[in-house]
Amino acid sequence: MEITNFIIMTAGMVIVTFIPRVLPLALLGNKELPEKVVLWLSFIPAGVLSALLAPSILLKNGSLYLSLENTALIAFFPTLLLAYKSENIFYTVSGGIVFYLLSAFLF
Amino acid sequence: MSQQKKEMFDQNHFFKRLTDSNFKKGVRDALPIILGYLPIGLAYGMLAVNKGLTPLQTTMMSLFVFAGSSQLVAVEMIAGGAAVAAIVAMTFLVNLRHLLLSASLSLHLRELPFYYYPFLGFLVTDESFAVAMSKINKKKNKQRYFFGLGFTAYLGWVSSSAAGAFLTEIINFGSGGALDFVLPAMFVVLLVMQISSRAEIIVAVFSAFLSLLFALTIEGSWNIILATVLAAFLGVYISGNN
Repeated sequence: MEITNFIIMTAGMVIVTFIPRVLPLALLGNKELPEKVVLWLSFIPAGVLSALLAPSILLKNGSLYLSLENTALIAFFPTLLLAYKSENIFYTVSGGIVFYLLSAFLF
Repeated sequence: MSQQKKEMFDQNHFFKRLTDSNFKKGVRDALPIILGYLPIGLAYGMLAVNKGLTPLQTTMMSLFVFAGSSQLVAVEMIAGGAAVAAIVAMTFLVNLRHLLLSASLSLHLRELPFYYYPFLGFLVTDESFAVAMSKINKKKNKQRYFFGLGFTAYLGWVSSSAAGAFLTEIINFGSGGALDFVLPAMFVVLLVMQISSRAEIIVAVFSAFLSLLFALTIEGSWNIILATVLAAFLGVYISGNN
């Protein structure tokens, strides 16, 4: 990647990552955000992870990819089960790779 | 006053900090986190180099940003030719969850000197948060415990992504294949760990649907941001009606 672009991009990423991490810790103390804001924010993680996940397993080259040959889609189901059972990032990611390789081999 | 000065001196004494038992406990508790970072960091390093970053750039991003899922997303977006503004906006959204983690942690890290917060805050991740919340209550010097925990995990993330990046430069692992599934697998487990109510399940399903719909109809990567923001409003609406 071109160096100027890289620096601008990384600087931007640093700022938008650093602020949400530091501000609440530094400022909140005993104070609380408005209830509705906290509620709205509480749905962001589930929303964004799901919005990222769905296209990563269901789209290919800009269109829906519903097929047994969609290796990522097939591997998704056992990975979800493993995530639910273990709630552990290491096991799920490692297991997911194994499921992916298996489904690529089987279908 | 003199008591305060003495405390200041003690707190600033670097050697004393490093041998502090709370700091050491933090370091020890970070070892499982490092184990978890290893496959993700390696995958990130390999993918980043395969998709056009240099090993040095790849490592720099880990060093400065320190947020795995957003770094993987950024790498995918760079490969897809996305605009810098879109990448930064996406990073903001992916990492906005840290706001909640940081707010919860603030209950345990109160009334510290102000200059502590940038360092402690930088080290807030899903993993350090999860470990800290389960163990920090029993610790005497909570900030030293969290610093030991977070900083050790940070070193683990930077070194595993550097290893992935520089190894890929020496040995070509080829692109794609199972490595491309690391990120979806990580989304799956983070999502499962996040969900604790029926409203959140509805939000997740609705967000997935919207994201697909927008991806099929709108150019660029704005589908994620639009879907997330709208789905979060739906969540507020559902909760309000209950």
